[in-house]
Amino acid sequence: MTSNEQQGKPNLPEKDNLPAELGRQRLNSPIARTGMFGAKTTGDTSGYGRLRVYRPAPLASERPYSNPDDPRTLYFDEVADALERSLKEVGTPYDTAIKRVVVDRGEITFHVRREHLVDVVSRLRDDPALRFELCLGVNGVHYPDDTDNELHAVYELRSITHNREIRLEVTCPDADPHIPSIVSVYPTNDWHERETWDFFGIVFDGHPALTRIQMPDDWHGHPQRKDYPLGGIPVEYRGAKVPPPDERRSYA
Amino acid sequence: MTTPTETYVDASGGDWDEVVAAAQKGQPDRLVVNMGPQHPSTHGVLRLILTLEGETVTEARVGIGYLHTGIEKNMEYRTWTQGTTFVTRMDYLTPLFNETVYCLAVEKLLGITDRIPERANVIRVMMMELNRIASHFVAMATFGMELGATTIMTNGFREREMVLDIFEMVTGLRMNHAYVRPGGVAQDLPPGTVGKVRELLAEMPKRLKDMRKLLDANPIYLARTRDVAYLDVTGCLALGVTGPILRAAGLPWDLRKAKPYCGYENYEFDVPVSDGADVYARYRVRMAEIEESLKIIEQCLDKLQPGPVMIEDAKIGWPAQLALGPDGMGNAPSHIAHIMGRGGSMEALIHHFKLVTEGFRVPPGQAYAMVESPKGELGCYAVSDGGPRPYRVHFRDPSFTNLQAVAAMCEGGTVADVIAAVASIDPVMGGVDR
Repeated sequence: MTSNEQQGKPNLPEKDNLPAELGRQRLNSPIARTGMFGAKTTGDTSGYGRLRVYRPAPLASERPYSNPDDPRTLYFDEVADALERSLKEVGTPYDTAIKRVVVDRGEITFHVRREHLVDVVSRLRDDPALRFELCLGVNGVHYPDDTDNELHAVYELRSITHNREIRLEVTCPDADPHIPSIVSVYPTNDWHERETWDFFGIVFDGHPALTRIQMPDDWHGHPQRKDYPLGGIPVEYRGAKVPPPDERRSYA
Repeated sequence: MTTPTETYVDASGGDWDEVVAAAQKGQPDRLVVNMGPQHPSTHGVLRLILTLEGETVTEARVGIGYLHTGIEKNMEYRTWTQGTTFVTRMDYLTPLFNETVYCLAVEKLLGITDRIPERANVIRVMMMELNRIASHFVAMATFGMELGATTIMTNGFREREMVLDIFEMVTGLRMNHAYVRPGGVAQDLPPGTVGKVRELLAEMPKRLKDMRKLLDANPIYLARTRDVAYLDVTGCLALGVTGPILRAAGLPWDLRKAKPYCGYENYEFDVPVSDGADVYARYRVRMAEIEESLKIIEQCLDKLQPGPVMIEDAKIGWPAQLALGPDGMGNAPSHIAHIMGRGGSMEALIHHFKLVTEGFRVPPGQAYAMVESPKGELGCYAVSDGGPRPYRVHFRDPSFTNLQAVAAMCEGGTVADVIAAVASIDPVMGGVDR
């Protein structure tokens, strides 16, 4: 498997796949971090201070999604076709509802626009060609650098009938953290959505009772967001002070 | 705010005589009972808020969060390898499943799933199946205790002790092992393990038979469990309930068969099902699963071939294995000789130091891995930003999801059946709250 396929991109012609060309592309992608060894001051003599690490722009896979060499991916095109047809039946254009599709590491992720989430999951559950009966819940991820899409909600769906699984990813900006609730389609998401609200502050509109579930009711803030500190105090042992984990040297 | 139309009597404190007097005056017909979070039959710190009319439960609500420890958040500040030390403490009755599912997700992110040594996979399967036996025995033991059958409790914990002895021998600890690591397992099996597992395989069927004699046709047990806490396949799927509860409702859904991992496709075993969809059916499924686990463990012993137990990739697997010293743990003499001996390798020392302190980097992306834990589908969703620490790890714990079924199982039944219903879900609050 080439590195392109691992990243969910299609196989490129050889001239576009040369290291020099790939390097040029990498220089165009956004900078993920600078420096190394956690050194931020001028005292850095490692020479790594000016290091810049680029991160590829958001991926989007092209058809075909199925790779004949990878048995895990064989049903991906079938699911995408069935979803496209099924959405057309209820009058929702596929391209409007689905922002992009990513195939990576043998898993398929549909990035769904939040306005169409309930339509998409109802079709996924009810269409006989799809039949994703089991939702494995939702959880959040906070990407502070992903401007206007800071909060992501990730859903894993499983079809027992066809023995398939897919992932849905829905995003919302931090300024307007609203995503429609899918409890009406998958009742199991009741607690999962409460947990995601509790930890990330995503408001699931239409949830029957969106209250905190793990943290106390009067808690301020949403602890698993990246801007929420881990907390902790320095610990002294035999004269040496060990800082709390989030203040220790980071190699990231 | 609306004014209450009923008379409320708060019995949570104050002078008891006043409470009794007020209750007699108002004659309330509805009673809201707080069961837990400190209650011997709630499996730890589960809080049940029951609305009762006489003995009948009209509303059952569940309060959780009393054991939330922020494991997912804490892991974002530790290396990928250190993560195993955290996840093993989530559902403390199924530590090896937590570790394995986490490592499977990390390995998927690293793209090394196919390069895990065969011996490591066999050891993982063997340890998981032993763990399944231990977990199911605790489920039945606590269940017996909650119904007042202390013999079941002592027997169940005695049988579990045999498994824990093996765990202690292999990992050094009875629980919280941190034994399964990304790339393989931490240590090879110590000498004598196979003999000890064979002892268990010889002894366990007898113990199981004793347990079955006590329970299978016990009229009191049947009366407490038959047709209690009914939940059919439709209800299970709507509520996301998996594991023995789903199989006791008649759907033979088992990830070991449906989506094999760690080489489960190479083992012969059956998926026990029942069609009772009640507490008794769940008990029968768990019992049968223990028998199937014994079959798998036996096949594991036959498959154990000498070989490495950690991936042969110097960038992931630690270069040295600890050896036994006078204090029970010690350095690896061969590795020290490699560093310090004639023509010693400073680079080897640096490499070892960097790998342990800084950890390995994982290519950016996200992955979801799942295993069939004794309670149902245990999933791990991991996101990497390319650094040596997880960007986000989330666990889909089966106990968390299954507990949502309490209302569906209990409402309309009696208070006594609530105990049986919760026990048949077998929740572990360490996993529910994480």
